Amino acid sequence: MSWQGQILRVNLTQGVAKTEPLNMEWANAYIGERGLGTKYLYENVDPKCDPMGPDNVLIFATGPLNGTMASTSGRYAVLCKSPLTGAIGDSNSGGKFGAYLKYAGYDLLLIEGRAEKPVYLHIDDDNVEILPADDIWGAGVWRTEEWIKARHQNPQLKIASIGEAGENGVLFACVVNDLHRAAGRCGVGAVMGSKNLKAVAAYGTRGVTVDDPGTFMRVVRETHAKLAESGGRRELTEGGTHPMIDMMQEWGGLPTRNFREVQFEGIDKVNPAATTAPNERGHVNLITNKACFGCTIACGRIAHIDPEHFTIVNRPEYRHASGGLEYETAYGFGPVVGVDDVDAMTFANYMMNEHGMDPISFGVTLAAAMELYEMGVLTKEDTDGVDCGFGSAEALAVFSEKTGKGEGFGKVLGLGSRRLCEKYGHPELFMGVKGQEFAGYDSRALQGMGLGYATSNRGACHLKHDVFGPDMEDVSGNGKAVPVKESQDMVSMIDSTGLCLFTTSGWGPEDFVAQLDAALPGEWTLERCIESGERTWTLERMFNLAAGLTAADDTLPDRMLKEPTPSGNAEGKVSELDRMLPEYYTVRGWTGDGRPTNETLSRLGL
Amino acid sequence: MQKSLLIDPDKCTSCLQCEMACSFEHEGSFNPARSRIKIFEFEHGKRSVPYTCTQCAEAWCLHACPVEALVRNPDTGAVEVRDEVCVGCKVCTIACPFGTVNYNPDTGKVVKCDLCGGDPECAKACPTDAIVYVDSAWTGFDRMKQWARQTDTRPMAGA
Amino acid sequence: MSYVVVGAGPAGVIAAETLSRMGHGGAITLISGEAEPPYSRMAIPYLLAEDIGEEGTHLRHADGHYEGMGIDVRRERVAAVDSAGGTLRFEGGGSMGYDKLLLATGATPVRPPIPGMDLDKVMSCWTLEDARGIVAGAKPGDDVVLMGAGFIGCIVLEALVARKVNLTVIEMADRMVARMMDKTGGDMIAAWCESRGVTVHVSTGVVGVSENGDGALTLDLDGKAPVRADLVVCATGVASNTGFLEGSGVDTGVGVIVDEHMETSAPGVYAAGDVAAGFDFMTGGHDVHAIQPTASEHGRVAALNMGGRPTAYRGSLAMNTLNTLGLISTSYGLWDGVEGGDEAVSVDRGRSRYLRLSFRDDVLVGCLALGLTQHVGVVRGLIQTRAPLGGWKDALMDDPHRIMSAYLACAQDASRRAA
Repeated sequence: MSWQGQILRVNLTQGVAKTEPLNMEWANAYIGERGLGTKYLYENVDPKCDPMGPDNVLIFATGPLNGTMASTSGRYAVLCKSPLTGAIGDSNSGGKFGAYLKYAGYDLLLIEGRAEKPVYLHIDDDNVEILPADDIWGAGVWRTEEWIKARHQNPQLKIASIGEAGENGVLFACVVNDLHRAAGRCGVGAVMGSKNLKAVAAYGTRGVTVDDPGTFMRVVRETHAKLAESGGRRELTEGGTHPMIDMMQEWGGLPTRNFREVQFEGIDKVNPAATTAPNERGHVNLITNKACFGCTIACGRIAHIDPEHFTIVNRPEYRHASGGLEYETAYGFGPVVGVDDVDAMTFANYMMNEHGMDPISFGVTLAAAMELYEMGVLTKEDTDGVDCGFGSAEALAVFSEKTGKGEGFGKVLGLGSRRLCEKYGHPELFMGVKGQEFAGYDSRALQGMGLGYATSNRGACHLKHDVFGPDMEDVSGNGKAVPVKESQDMVSMIDSTGLCLFTTSGWGPEDFVAQLDAALPGEWTLERCIESGERTWTLERMFNLAAGLTAADDTLPDRMLKEPTPSGNAEGKVSELDRMLPEYYTVRGWTGDGRPTNETLSRLGL
Repeated sequence: MQKSLLIDPDKCTSCLQCEMACSFEHEGSFNPARSRIKIFEFEHGKRSVPYTCTQCAEAWCLHACPVEALVRNPDTGAVEVRDEVCVGCKVCTIACPFGTVNYNPDTGKVVKCDLCGGDPECAKACPTDAIVYVDSAWTGFDRMKQWARQTDTRPMAGA
Repeated sequence: MSYVVVGAGPAGVIAAETLSRMGHGGAITLISGEAEPPYSRMAIPYLLAEDIGEEGTHLRHADGHYEGMGIDVRRERVAAVDSAGGTLRFEGGGSMGYDKLLLATGATPVRPPIPGMDLDKVMSCWTLEDARGIVAGAKPGDDVVLMGAGFIGCIVLEALVARKVNLTVIEMADRMVARMMDKTGGDMIAAWCESRGVTVHVSTGVVGVSENGDGALTLDLDGKAPVRADLVVCATGVASNTGFLEGSGVDTGVGVIVDEHMETSAPGVYAAGDVAAGFDFMTGGHDVHAIQPTASEHGRVAALNMGGRPTAYRGSLAMNTLNTLGLISTSYGLWDGVEGGDEAVSVDRGRSRYLRLSFRDDVLVGCLALGLTQHVGVVRGLIQTRAPLGGWKDALMDDPHRIMSAYLACAQDASRRAA
């Protein structure tokens, strides 16, 4: 089977690492990765715990298809109670780290307690060491990776680490692996920092086998071919996710200037064309595309900043290539803050990766600060003398770095948008749900997206459901509850396999199931897999309810509920959440106050 | 016409499908650490370079072997390791100036690319045609071979 | 034309085969001094460890391999060479003439001039016959002393431990494998051995060996308590087999001095392998590089020249790899550095991993490694192409383990320049 059959439990308080068998009952019920991680979290954490305290646990979870030839087999999930939302934190990432954690022999890594002093974890097959991190505490992700590889004389080590943001408790700090892939959301990096854990470095030589190699390889050949032939896949290879920005602009769902608007006049300076055309000095931003582990799509962008650009003209250390703009980063550093400077945006992206921050949360938090600045609530005195109005590329560049390093006004931005807006007396300017900032889609222009945001267990998120089709067919809230619920369960299932959501550009649900069935013992049917997805979703909800969240948290900001969309296809509309939400609860088999009924729980074996 | 692996780093996305395919073929599990072909990344992934044995004519590994454990397959042109003969002395690993023969501590034998007997799995698994298996005349391997000759300790014009 | 190759080790065999492949049709005689089919000493430790049988040590495995190539293998020991007359005289009487002669007689172990080295239970480990003696004499639980922790000693060490003896290593030098490892690396190897139950004494001389009365031996040590031994394996060094060349007209020094065409001072007489002091690629001087790759290159280049295809040898690179109880060590070139050059060093004693790179300007000239098993050959590639590393040298100074990346970057540059 494609499990290693053991997990690694590390107690940082005691300084002890030990293996235990993978709970196969749970693996069979939750598939792996997100689902299995949720179960382990639920069973190991008091949902009421202080997320930044030693009682929280941090889980790195792989899936059954990780490390196999199934396309995109490098996804892993990081789970904990989120300090940003107080809800379940579940964030996943690509790159190579996840596959190598599994190659080292561990299906899941569970970290408890808090180290007295900064440490990092070094995993080389059976050799697991908790080592002092004094030399890299205070360093960015890039230097951390370099240092650990040199220290262990192994350039092949794959490393997941936090930058200064995670050390400094930036509430949207992420865990970055392989230089520029990140478990970006929910502040999982802040939890890692709270445990004094700088990094996890893994290398393994154990390999992964599958239950039925003959069938598996046949299915893999078919699924590879299917992806290869798909037009959606081709678009991702060629443009990454970035082209979505032109679509959202045209639709009128591209959040602009802290969601005051839904179309951005500077679109031509922030879209894919702006990254491929030479600028006035002949510099071209985009260099190439790059894949994560096992991925036959390769949507990742590799870019470089114009060496003459103000952000790096005196900083040659940033003249190298690194991760380039994707849709959410283009949105977060562009329209939502009103900036139209691709090089400044790319610089901000470098800062996110190097210092370890979620670009969505950072961008939306900066957008709120800019609105407060334009309202006069914030002044240059608050913002370290930097002009912080919408459109300020300087503010973007300066604060993307200062937030990571915990300097000046960057410390305030590091609280996230909700706390920042509350601090300055304007909680209504927070654009997000449950404390987590919105991704780059407007809830009024895409009604199902709004319902998905409101009900997402990890706070506002665009990646926990998939209702673009229904949203673009009908701009009203009609009939959105069912596709939102069904796609949430489907995504939960896909997130639990160890594969990437973007394979849906060429695959249907049956393709995931066929690969799982060949890799694992027992019979894996579509019904079983979808039910597992629903089980995971419901268990996440149970965690949140136990943590003290209620139906009142399944809501959207007043700007979405009351301010009509200013332009575009949904002009004049507000979110119809009040209509969609009760319908959604019913579809889910939940009570009117958003609690799963006993019947629902027992149906799912919960 | 004999065939060779033609590698184009410009097309490589570093997905490591080739490493998984290679290890699955040779070791029965997906295990990049045991792959005969390896991807090396430069500058945050700006460039990724697949790298394996070119089955060079000079075959330093073969000549350095004290027990005739390395033999050239006349059909494919590949230099293959005969596991049952290899004693694990590793002399070939230091003799190959390309570093493409590696020692596997688990088995006590050396491993190298054998072109999978003429149907290389890496090329089949590569989604971007960065690795293809084509007639040797088309490979432009001349370039690599030219470089290879600089390493030669044998005939040198004017040496 | 008659070609005679004296010595049936790798250099001799490869030379004979090369001559055969050149297809001149001349008579090719390969003279073997041992009563075995041509075999590889490199494989003896694996025989001792019982990983392989005797046939596993043979250089060639196919039935009738030599006959098929027109090579006449003769079991003789050469007593003398008359290079002016073009004849050889055999120890057992008889002689033969030659047109072209290759000396590939290898080396022989030498024992230190101390009392008791001639006792029956003091053995060398050099030939298959020696190996048989050790296999018979070293039983599990026996006290065995290994004198000399050089390269040969260390290969034997592995095999002796595999035979589950109580092993003590005594080495004169201040570290193990002094000719291929610096003090740091040698000490790490010693620590590795000691952690696996082997007693190691460095900087220790043996004063004398005597029988202790109960059938065992006593080794008296310089400044240390005497050591009991059921068997002593002496691996204190080897010397090139040049004795039979006295008066032959062939110049010898450390070994047989050869020019860039592997020809000795006597026209028509060539030398190859462990007996030959050939060109050293790094120093440009003459030295014996008693290693398999050099033997094979020597044999081939000598044969090409003997067969009438003038071929210059660029010189051999000192290199070695050794497995000491599972710890793999490697050395290349000028591993102890050069004056004014830089050194990139990475040490992890806990895991017995060590890498030291030596540069002259931005060119790699030497390397020492412990625990490096992947892509190690690129070190040779970088040294022998003398590829300028440019900015990669700084990267290697920070982290020498990025050697493979440096190689690829510089190799690609080199290939672009060549194209």
